[in-house]
Amino acid sequence: MSDRITKASRHVTQNEGLIFEKSSPGKRAFDLPPLDVPAADPRKTLGRNHRSEGVSGFPEVSEIEVLRHFTRLSTWNYAIDLGMYPLGSCTMKYNPRVNEFVARLPGIATEHPLQPRGLSQGCLKILQLLEQCLLEITGMDAITLQPAAGAQGELTGLLLIRAYLEGQGNARKKVLVPDSAHGTNPATAVIAGYEVENIRSDSHGQVDVEKLRELVTEDVAALMITNPSTLGIFEQRISDIVAILHAKGALLYMDGANMNALAGVARPGDFGVDVMHLNLHKTFSTPHGGGGPGAGPVAMKKILEPFRPIPVLVEKAEGELALEQDRPHSIGRVKAFSGNFGVLVRALAYILAYGPDIRQATEDAVLNANYIRRHLAGVFELPYSLPSMHEVVFSDAIQKKNGVSTMDIAKRLIDYGFHPYTTAFPLIVPGALMIEPTESESKEECDLFIDAMRSIAEEAATNPELVKSAPHTTRINRLDEVTAARKPILRWKSGRI
Amino acid sequence: MRYLPKSRAERDAMLAAIGVKSIDDLFSSIPERYRLHEALKLPGPYAEAEIIRYFKDRAGENSLGHTSFLGAGVYNHLRSVVTDTIIQRGEFLTSYTPYQAEIAQGTLQAIFEFQTLVCQLTGQEVANASMWDGSTATTEAVLMAERITRRRRVLVARSLHPQYRDVLRTYGRNSGLEVEEVRFGADGALDQSGLQSMLRDDVAALVVQSPNFFGAIESVAELADGLRASGALLVVAVTEGVSLGLVRPPAEADIVALEGQSFGLPPSYGGPFVGVIATQQKFVRQMPGRLAGQAADSQGRRGFVLTLAAREQHIRREKATSNICTNQALCALAATVHLTLLGKEGLREMAEQNLSKAQFALSELLKIPDIRRAFDAPFFNEFTIVLPRSVEAVNEQLLKERIVGPLALDFLYPEMPNHGLVCVTETTTRADIEKFASGLRLACAVAWEVR
Amino acid sequence: MTYPTTYRYTKDHEWIDVKGDMGTVGLTDHAQCQLGDIVFVELPAVGATLEAGKPLGVVESVKAVNEIYAPVSGEVLEANGELKDSPEKINADPHGAGWLVKVRFKNASEIDALMDAPAYEAYVSVSDKEALH
Repeated sequence: MSDRITKASRHVTQNEGLIFEKSSPGKRAFDLPPLDVPAADPRKTLGRNHRSEGVSGFPEVSEIEVLRHFTRLSTWNYAIDLGMYPLGSCTMKYNPRVNEFVARLPGIATEHPLQPRGLSQGCLKILQLLEQCLLEITGMDAITLQPAAGAQGELTGLLLIRAYLEGQGNARKKVLVPDSAHGTNPATAVIAGYEVENIRSDSHGQVDVEKLRELVTEDVAALMITNPSTLGIFEQRISDIVAILHAKGALLYMDGANMNALAGVARPGDFGVDVMHLNLHKTFSTPHGGGGPGAGPVAMKKILEPFRPIPVLVEKAEGELALEQDRPHSIGRVKAFSGNFGVLVRALAYILAYGPDIRQATEDAVLNANYIRRHLAGVFELPYSLPSMHEVVFSDAIQKKNGVSTMDIAKRLIDYGFHPYTTAFPLIVPGALMIEPTESESKEECDLFIDAMRSIAEEAATNPELVKSAPHTTRINRLDEVTAARKPILRWKSGRI
Repeated sequence: MRYLPKSRAERDAMLAAIGVKSIDDLFSSIPERYRLHEALKLPGPYAEAEIIRYFKDRAGENSLGHTSFLGAGVYNHLRSVVTDTIIQRGEFLTSYTPYQAEIAQGTLQAIFEFQTLVCQLTGQEVANASMWDGSTATTEAVLMAERITRRRRVLVARSLHPQYRDVLRTYGRNSGLEVEEVRFGADGALDQSGLQSMLRDDVAALVVQSPNFFGAIESVAELADGLRASGALLVVAVTEGVSLGLVRPPAEADIVALEGQSFGLPPSYGGPFVGVIATQQKFVRQMPGRLAGQAADSQGRRGFVLTLAAREQHIRREKATSNICTNQALCALAATVHLTLLGKEGLREMAEQNLSKAQFALSELLKIPDIRRAFDAPFFNEFTIVLPRSVEAVNEQLLKERIVGPLALDFLYPEMPNHGLVCVTETTTRADIEKFASGLRLACAVAWEVR
Repeated sequence: MTYPTTYRYTKDHEWIDVKGDMGTVGLTDHAQCQLGDIVFVELPAVGATLEAGKPLGVVESVKAVNEIYAPVSGEVLEANGELKDSPEKINADPHGAGWLVKVRFKNASEIDALMDAPAYEAYVSVSDKEALH
């Protein structure tokens, strides 16, 4: 291990097999209180529907074994609680613990979504306040908290657009998607029943406005943009983009993944966005938990309001809140019950912690990204020179001369005690390094990151093999993904190691 | 601000290093007219204690102190405190999607175990790492059947959860799906003769729920047999996972859409829950969602990695099997821990308690004059009763005793007036059941109020 | 690798080796190189009808999935069964053992419209330059 690596070092973690490999018949980890009614006979009651043998292969272990098993597994993970994740457009910020506490309160975690409205006013007030806060932050007119994730928010947004255009007489056929877009954008457009037309970015990585002018016809329903773009750069000609679309009756959808550059500083509703989604698990601090849950609320201008998915939060006589389902123009339900409520609670707790000072978080996020950009420009190639906001995109062009790619650099970064940045996205930058520190990183952590990246760049020049065979300090090294895909093993079976 | 690790001096030093005078210079790429000059009008900033006070006040305005007999897709079950101890560990709570396998083996192995548990529960060969919930998992299962069979017609049981049917309709409208409803019979289960008359060789799938919305258990094996000749796939939705501890799993189904909320996730006013799709090996490439697979590193050590990613949005883009990116990973972890704690015997015992308490509750309720059972198909922990007056009116009376009574079905099924859906789990005590029965007896006897 | 001079080539990087009214179809070396290690191939059934320029199947690597397009219209006579267990044959020997399907075609003019080996080599060297831009 190089002595210039000071942030991370090797550590003894326990080995641990699959829980099924520890299983032994008769062990149990959980007891129920005794049955206080006569025992039913399942053979009589269920007949041939009776699963008389129990679940075959299910684990049988004790409580301490369960606790040790998962505790040991957890020590094999990197996490925000340990250090920076410079992942672009993921916004891996601190997950405040008070959010976890309030989501678990009796009277919050315990509520059934179908219980009477008179017993749910507390939950409904939480939804109402969150709606109001998110409308204030986005500058939009109406909102739905139903979608379970950003991708579902995108779908909801496109279905709102479709419903609105159908009401105007023609749902139209196409959605324009920049070649720099996140993969969920084109995937969602297809599910919404639209054809996708890709629009190439210009030489600055921005939407090519002249190309847009050509492409926007009355067959185009919408353009989906991310702003700032996935390069971390604000669309300078956003007002031209909006004018071109609106002139032909098309709408502007904004993927809100990069709201961490805007909250408190600028509002999408002000610069002409018609409908957008937010990622509460990005900008609003709800935890990633290894891949979810998230939430993808959709905020919109009032022309789209009648089409909102059900249920819709309304205020009735005397201030009583209710969730209404009788909405004749609604696009329908996008998910059962009522959104990922536990995630919504956490997002509201985050907003309450900041209040109007939420701008400070945005400023620190942009400050950190620019500080890193300043110190790594010249060390890594900067493909686009326009100012970065909360994230910066480099390329591996300089290191590629020695055969070292962005993936290799990312893997070597692990040895330095960081999670990799986003590699190979956006697609318009071959060999991209997409770096978003977020406001949660101290100057110290940013300096350590800069030092690590500079050190790796030097290694790429003087000792490229070290970088290409990284990581060197993890429990396992690069896994054979090819065999895993050719001969997939997707579950444990007894008898197989 | 306590979440921001910077002092004024550090900010100044960083601005100087960048070479700008103030932070506003870093926002100059936003056209001036869009930059805000006033602070947003938001409540706060709140100290930690104030945040807690706000939510405790809201908690006091909900249903604390009430006993509930509601199920209908969301179930109250025992949860061990050990589950939270584990999922609250920062290494699980605050970690990212495991794209970098070397530093996410904890998450990946847990997903592999989750996939295995779901296969064991459902009798299917392969399961994914989670979908958003049971309703979207069911919808995605139908879209999967459409891709596999290349057919557009879908038969959906009327006894599938109404909200699940709503979601399917929303998605199906844009996929050109033709959805038709199949009736339920007098026994509460799917009307099989009605089904046969609707089956032609243009049907992609039949979708049923078991136990169904009324609590009745469907004959999955028989239904699978009945579909074979037509080439239609059988999709089975399971909303009450605990039933799989005692009821034969839908192994003959082609695709299972499971809602895992019953496995260690609190009701939380509707979410976050965890959906899963489980299916036969031959359909794995058509399955949406992430998959964790076993792999070896260069030293031959066993590890786990996200695999078959070519199906997903970040590679396939507009040709992806689904647009899903963020899933319900931490909820799936909670379910994994919960199921591991329960284990084979614990799950069976929990299921047996559900069955026994529901049987006991039904027998107590049937002692009340003019209350009858709506359907005679076997049930697990939910059943439908018919009252002598409107369920809403009865529930108003029950609320006075702090009891949340049966779900009134007539607003969802107009053909079922005065029908109520009752759910009883292992968390319902004998005393609760007896109090419910006596409250119901009283409420049914009260003179009819004309509105 | 050189491209066999008796084969003809499509813009989507398929090759066809014609013998009488039958042709063997595969992916070019350029294609397998771009895809990386191939993990799965989906091929049409024997008897299936192909239309020139339309997809006949799908090829999947760890990082990409692409359609395979039919160079000619016709009927599938045989599909390479070895690729089910050993898709890596396409990487190892794309112009030989990695063949995909054998097709009987009717319209010889469809073949004439395809590129010969020198034209294809020129084509891929241009498209490689573009990809780096």
